[in-house]
Amino acid sequence: MSWKPGATPAMLRARAQLLRALRDFFDARGVLEVQTPVLGRHTVTEPAIESLPVTIDGLQAWLQTSPEYFMKRLLAAGSGSIYQIGPVFRAAEQGRRHNPEFTLLEWYRVGFDLEALMVEVADLVQEVMESPRPHVAEYRELMQAHAGVDPWRDDPAQLAERASAVSGIPREQLNRGEALDLLMSGCVEPALADQGPVIVQHYPPDQCALAAVSEVGGVAVARRFELYLDGIEIGNAYEELLDATEQCRRFEADNARRREAGQPIPEPDGRLLEALEAGLPQCSGMAIGVDRLLMHRTGAASLDEVMAFSLERL
Amino acid sequence: MATYSTNEFRGGLKVMLDGDPCVIVENEFVKPGKGQAFSRVKLRNLMTNRVWERTFKSGETLEAADVLDLDMEYVYSDGEFWHFMKTDGSYEQFAADERAVGDAAKWLKEQDVYSVTLYNGSPLNVTPPAFVDLEVVDTDPGVKGDTAQGGSKPATLSTGAVVNVPLFIEIGEVVRVDTRKNEYVSRVRNG
Repeated sequence: MSWKPGATPAMLRARAQLLRALRDFFDARGVLEVQTPVLGRHTVTEPAIESLPVTIDGLQAWLQTSPEYFMKRLLAAGSGSIYQIGPVFRAAEQGRRHNPEFTLLEWYRVGFDLEALMVEVADLVQEVMESPRPHVAEYRELMQAHAGVDPWRDDPAQLAERASAVSGIPREQLNRGEALDLLMSGCVEPALADQGPVIVQHYPPDQCALAAVSEVGGVAVARRFELYLDGIEIGNAYEELLDATEQCRRFEADNARRREAGQPIPEPDGRLLEALEAGLPQCSGMAIGVDRLLMHRTGAASLDEVMAFSLERL
Repeated sequence: MATYSTNEFRGGLKVMLDGDPCVIVENEFVKPGKGQAFSRVKLRNLMTNRVWERTFKSGETLEAADVLDLDMEYVYSDGEFWHFMKTDGSYEQFAADERAVGDAAKWLKEQDVYSVTLYNGSPLNVTPPAFVDLEVVDTDPGVKGDTAQGGSKPATLSTGAVVNVPLFIEIGEVVRVDTRKNEYVSRVRNG
C-alpha cells in the first residue's frame, strides 16, 4: 500500500473551497460556528448506527456519530442558531460512499419549522453547489411509483415479500425497517439518479429517531426530509423533538431493540434529557455529509478520491 | 470449513452460494444514514460462469469454497480428458474434462504452464496465460515485402486455434497471441 494520499492536490483545493463556501453561506446568515467534543460520555441509541467505543482511564466513552446531543445542549443554553463542520465516526461503515470517519456539516435553526429549513437547504444547493433548486417529492409516492408498495397500508409481510423479490434475501429474514431500506436503496434511489437535487419528505414515523410527528393526508408522518443529489443520499433534516419524556421513551424503545438484536446498549444521555427538560427552543436541524458533497461537486467515484486518507490508507 | 462475513467480502474471494462455488466480482456497501446496512454483491458462478447479483444483510456469512488456483503443466489429451501435472515436483496429475477446459482447449500446448482451478480436488476451470507463442501451421502464402500495410488473413496455429494475422506472416513462423481477445499481437523471432 502506497504512502500517498487519495486526494490529489487539486482535490485538496476543491475541499478547501467547499469548506470556505459553506462557512461563508452560514456566516452571511448569522448562524454561529461552534465546536463540540468528538469524544463523549454518551452516544446515540439508534439501532442502525454503531458508535466506536473508547476507554479513557477506565471510563467508557464514545466517538460521536454526530454532534447532535452536544449541539442541542448549546441550543437549550441559549446559543441561538448554530452550525458545525467536523469529523464524526460510525463503526463498520466502509465502502465507496462510506468511511468510518467522515466530515459532517450539522446545523440548527432556532424558530425554523421544517418548511423554512427546506428553503434554506434549497438555497445552499443553489448557492454553494451551484445546482438547480431541489424539487420536493413525497416518500409515499416514490415508494408507490418505484417500489410498488404503500408503507402506510401494506403489512410487514407484504413489504418483506416485495423487498425479498428485489434483493434475494428470504422474506422471513426481513423486518419492516429492513424491507423499507431495501426498497428505498434498490428501487427509489436508482430512479432519482437522473433527477438532480431532490428533497424527499414525509417519512413514516418509525423511520426516524428524533423527529417530531405530524399528520398529513390522514396518516402520521415524521417531520423529516432527506436531500438527494443524483440519487445519492447527502443529508437528513428533522424538525426536532422537544419533549423530554417522549425522547426518553424513544431511547428506551431503541435500547429494547438493541437488546433483542444483541447489540451494545449505550446508556441514554441523561444530560441531553435534562437539557430537553430545561427547554430546547423550537428548531429544525440538518446534517450533510461534506465528503459526499465534494464527490458530487468533483464527479469523484469514491470517498477515497476526495479524502486525504481514507481508512485503507491509514 | 471457514466462513466469511460480509465485511470480509472482496473481489476474488471464493465462496459457496446455493451449493455452487462462486467468485466475488464486486461488493458494494449500502446503508441509508438512518437505516440498515447491506452488501450488494456481484458473484460469478464458477460452474456456469453466470454472474449473479445478491444482497446480504450486514454480518451475514458465506462458507468459503474449497477452490484453489494452481499453476500446472499441460501433459497430453487422451481425447476425453486433458491431463495436467503439478509444477511442485510432485508429478501429481489431474484430468480435466471438456466442461472444465472449455475455450482454453484451443490454446493448450504440451509442456506449457496454465492456471488450473481445483474445486474439491478436481479441475473446475483452466485459464491460459494472457499471451501465448504458437507456430502457424496453415495460412495463405505471405505477401512479400508487405510489412506495414493493413489487411489480414486467417491463420491456423499449432493448437488448432484460428486467429487473424497480418498478410506477411508465413507458415512456420511463431506468433504471439492475446488469448483473452483471440488477437494476434506480434511476430516472435523463430527458434
